[in-house]
Amino acid sequence: MRRAVLRYTGAALLAAWVLFPMYLLTIGAFSVQSAIYHYPRDILPSLSWGTMRFFLDSQGVPTALGRSVIVAAITAAASAALGIPAGYALARYRFRGRDAYRVTIVSTRAFPVVVLSIPLAVFALQWGSYDTVWAVAFMHTALTLPFVVLISSSVLTAVPADLEEAAQVFGCSRPAAFARVTLPLAIPGLAAAGGFALLMSYNEVFAASVLTLERPTLPAFVLNALTSSPEPYKYAAAWLLMVPTFVFIFFIRRYILGVGRAR
Amino acid sequence: MASVSAPASQRRPVTPSARPRARHRGWTPYLLLAPSVAFLAVFFIAPLVQGIELAFTSTSGQYGLATFHSMLNDPGFLSALTDTLIMLAIVLPVQLVLAMAMALLVSSRPKGSGFWLYVYMLPLGVSELTSGIVWYSVFTQQGWLNSILTSLGVIHAPVIWLSYSNSLLIIATIVVAEAWRSTSIIVIILVGGLDAIPREYLEAADVFYASPWRKFWHVTLPLLRPALRTALILRTVLAFEVFATVIALAGGSLSVLATKANNAYTQFQEPHLAAAYGVLIMALSVLATAIFLAGLPVREERLP
Repeated sequence: MRRAVLRYTGAALLAAWVLFPMYLLTIGAFSVQSAIYHYPRDILPSLSWGTMRFFLDSQGVPTALGRSVIVAAITAAASAALGIPAGYALARYRFRGRDAYRVTIVSTRAFPVVVLSIPLAVFALQWGSYDTVWAVAFMHTALTLPFVVLISSSVLTAVPADLEEAAQVFGCSRPAAFARVTLPLAIPGLAAAGGFALLMSYNEVFAASVLTLERPTLPAFVLNALTSSPEPYKYAAAWLLMVPTFVFIFFIRRYILGVGRAR
Repeated sequence: MASVSAPASQRRPVTPSARPRARHRGWTPYLLLAPSVAFLAVFFIAPLVQGIELAFTSTSGQYGLATFHSMLNDPGFLSALTDTLIMLAIVLPVQLVLAMAMALLVSSRPKGSGFWLYVYMLPLGVSELTSGIVWYSVFTQQGWLNSILTSLGVIHAPVIWLSYSNSLLIIATIVVAEAWRSTSIIVIILVGGLDAIPREYLEAADVFYASPWRKFWHVTLPLLRPALRTALILRTVLAFEVFATVIALAGGSLSVLATKANNAYTQFQEPHLAAAYGVLIMALSVLATAIFLAGLPVREERLP
């Protein structure tokens, strides 16, 4: 009994450590502007939409937000299109080079985005794709692809291969068996893999800041404006960048654990 | 492995029994891997090679170490390097303890463990820029920390946490921001590792009346070694990339290697110098990986 109490207290304290700063940011973004500049700040201020409206109406913010969404969507689609077949191959086949591929794809994350995005910016300048959503989205795809492969491989491993084989016994071709039997069972997990890529892309700052100039994504835009922007503006921006996590993590949390399980 | 729809926390033990079938001789798996391999060749291998080449050529196009030479003579290079390493040396153990506590709590599966897991994973979708701004709002002179301390009567005048003259204090705030944001990736890996520990091992320890502490120290921790190693490697690599948090908290008063790289490119238009910083970060990441691999050897035959 005492141990249970101790455990819940610990869990609650750790949760407070995560949630309380999020609460502070939220009231920073939604309190009356004068409350931000009042000292000491009130932890239960009167709320208003003023700061958020001011931020959303600022020059460049709506387009940057739109661009972020487009980049994230391309990233999710591209990394799913490339990563799910690879995840399927890892989950269903044993072949020469399987482990080598696995090790390679995991170790790509050992190479910092810093070393990749700068030459990519130089390439993009030469190809005339600098400062476009494509350059950023493809860089993000390279970053998220390993995670999508690992998650989708763990999701597809969990769907029994027997089901697929049974469908083949009854006359389905292998692709049809995949589409009719495995896919419907795996779709939540595969969508989670795509959602994870979407979330990572929406939050990525370094590559986005190096690969764009006039047409930044939201994080890059906020970063460029950081030193010259007033505090309420910063808080509104940070809140807008933070809020998707509440929705996405809810739907993808159990599938992300696949990253930790992959051996 | 259990069915897809079973909540992750209910799968236990996870045995590696779901191995793929017999060796396949056809082309199908290779065709399935080909798109991702081709993509990574263009967007990973090519920039990597080009990045190394950029770093080893001078602005005039000659091969050599000239760029590295100018990097070493860059004012603030040394402090950026030491500050990066100090930050890393503090944040890693802090995160490891936090993540271990979170992972053990989640996998001991109290009521509502799904909720705790959700909360602990939330920062996974928070950008490092957001994290920097969140903690800026806490540590800035008229910020939350000073407000709360003043309201409680602990201090009478605001403390300057983000002082230009005290780099260790700024590093401490960066450590807090990093510990807050990026612990969740370690939690994920550790929960995966804990799930893979067969229950019988802990039950065997129970038979001998082992205390919870001894069970953790002699059973859980050794079996968790592979997961710990993966987590440490991934976190170290990612910690070298932190830069927006540093800009949000420190402005220009403190640099890490990644902010140096970013400034070299975006402010000074020096891709060679930026690439040299990138190569240095990569070398440090590889070195750290090698140290963890050697320092935490995993003996496969001793794992379940």
